[in-house]
Amino acid sequence: MDMKRDYYEDIELFKSGTILFWSILFVAALFVAPLFLSNYHLYLFNLVMVHVIVAVGLNILVGSTGQIALGHAGFFAIGAYGTVLLMTKLGLPFFPAIVIAAFISAFFGFILGLPALRLEGPYLAIATLAFGLAIMHIIGHTELFGGRQGLTAPVLNIGISQWGLNWVIKTELGKYYLILIFTIIMVLLAINILKTRAGRAFVAIRDSDIAAEVIGINLTMYKTLAFAVSSFFAGIAGGLFAFVLGFFDPFTFNLILSIIFLVMVVVGGLGSVMGSIAGATLITYLMYDLLKNVDEVPIVGNLLVAFSGKFLTTTGIDNFNLVALGLVMIGIIIFEPLGMFGAWIRIKKYWKTWPF
Amino acid sequence: MAYFSVENLSISFGGLKAVNDISFGVEQNEIFSIIGPNGSGKTTIFNLISGIYRPDAGAVILDGKNLVGKTPDRIAKTGIARTFQNIELFANATVMDNLMLGRHINMKTGIFGGAFMFGKRSPAAREEIHHREKVEQIIDFLELQSVRDQFVGSLAYGKRKLVEVGRALALEPKIMLLDEPSAGMNTEEKDDLTIWIKDIREDYKVTILLIEHDMNMIMGISDRVFAMNQGQKITMGAPQEVQRHPEVIKAYLGEEAIN
Repeated sequence: MDMKRDYYEDIELFKSGTILFWSILFVAALFVAPLFLSNYHLYLFNLVMVHVIVAVGLNILVGSTGQIALGHAGFFAIGAYGTVLLMTKLGLPFFPAIVIAAFISAFFGFILGLPALRLEGPYLAIATLAFGLAIMHIIGHTELFGGRQGLTAPVLNIGISQWGLNWVIKTELGKYYLILIFTIIMVLLAINILKTRAGRAFVAIRDSDIAAEVIGINLTMYKTLAFAVSSFFAGIAGGLFAFVLGFFDPFTFNLILSIIFLVMVVVGGLGSVMGSIAGATLITYLMYDLLKNVDEVPIVGNLLVAFSGKFLTTTGIDNFNLVALGLVMIGIIIFEPLGMFGAWIRIKKYWKTWPF
Repeated sequence: MAYFSVENLSISFGGLKAVNDISFGVEQNEIFSIIGPNGSGKTTIFNLISGIYRPDAGAVILDGKNLVGKTPDRIAKTGIARTFQNIELFANATVMDNLMLGRHINMKTGIFGGAFMFGKRSPAAREEIHHREKVEQIIDFLELQSVRDQFVGSLAYGKRKLVEVGRALALEPKIMLLDEPSAGMNTEEKDDLTIWIKDIREDYKVTILLIEHDMNMIMGISDRVFAMNQGQKITMGAPQEVQRHPEVIKAYLGEEAIN
């Protein structure tokens, strides 16, 4: 029943026994599943989870606070480069390095948030886009950051080597568990943020900034805070991403990646954490697995490759990757403007009221 | 010295003097109404008080402190809450969340405290529970139980107006500025609102500034009425006096009505 006896029940993490049960089952499955997966699929899962962290963070900014951001690959890069450089140049252990890198990323987010106080909509999009591109080129032209050659991630040692504690993660499976734990923590933090005072202030700014101001919300503080929080998430994800790839150069973090992040959030459903998780999963799967390997599908694959070679450019099947992604986006915007989360709400309502 | 006062307040937009040298003082716990035809500058006065506009000249004084030059959020923190003529609610949030947002300035949880709200005993959860209790009292008081968990965007106009009053009340303000709270309500809702406004004054000890077009309501609850036209003061006094004032009748009904 929906009867409530306690004020806490409104803000509980798991609002009912059913949700708790399914959540535990889901997490348990995530912990057990990799034992049966190939290395390639583990790599894919790692990529999915890294993108989930970015999407959940970006959603706080775009979905909840209503500020457009087209430069998140920049923060992602700061996280990746920061973590790796702090570990190799300063010899910091992994955990402090990734957290410090994320805070550096958050600081840059705060800086980028300042012009956002005066910019809106398309103007803000341009400003953030310029930021993303600038970061990419600054890194590409700095010797310290490895320049255009890129960087190789060091050995992933999650212990503290200075104290003789060495826990080196060598396998994809090990990385999977590390990233999974990070992802669960970051998602829980995001859910809590959105449920409490700061999260409500973000939503208030999105829905009516004038009303937000007259109830005492400091626009300067909360807008820049939203940028900082979402950059922090991107920074953490970037730090993990560095080890998923093992090697990266500045052009890994290009404009397309920023846009893909935004696509994940929009496809998942603006303002919903669960939607962002679903969106990041779907888009990553489409981009990095299904569409990359579409040419292996019998008959259709060959046809598509031939079609692509004949009418599109010579890069072959990569064309279809982006074309199909575009089609998915258009389809979702037309048929389900609230994204996958909106579809989920509809299905839930349908089953609740079935057969009426 | 009045508890709250506006002194020689003026602002012009281009060549238009929207508010021209307006002064009045409001006593603590008074219901003070501002009337005037459309476009006479009533809402502009509210915008000047709540810091949305900055006056060209004049002062807004609460408890001896000048509020001019402060940002709207700082003014809210000094104890002034308001509602809007055209409703400015957070449409994609529930009634509960809208009212909880009204508690914003009374709460302390920051981004880290909120992020680590794990368990009922965490500081964030304890604060959250305490303020939810307060908000439930407001929900009870304004009889909003039935729409508690609905999105504000889906509510009827009259209910939305009420949620906005509730949100302003949640700030625990010293002064509440109500901008046409009864617009769009039916007679029954208006009667309820009249009673609630009186109760807000009695139970919550709030001083109320009211802009209203409904004359029955004005006459029923105001202690004093301030009448204005084209940015200027016409008269100020007891409701019946103001209603009979020839200039007021002229402003509302035109020159011929008096003759």
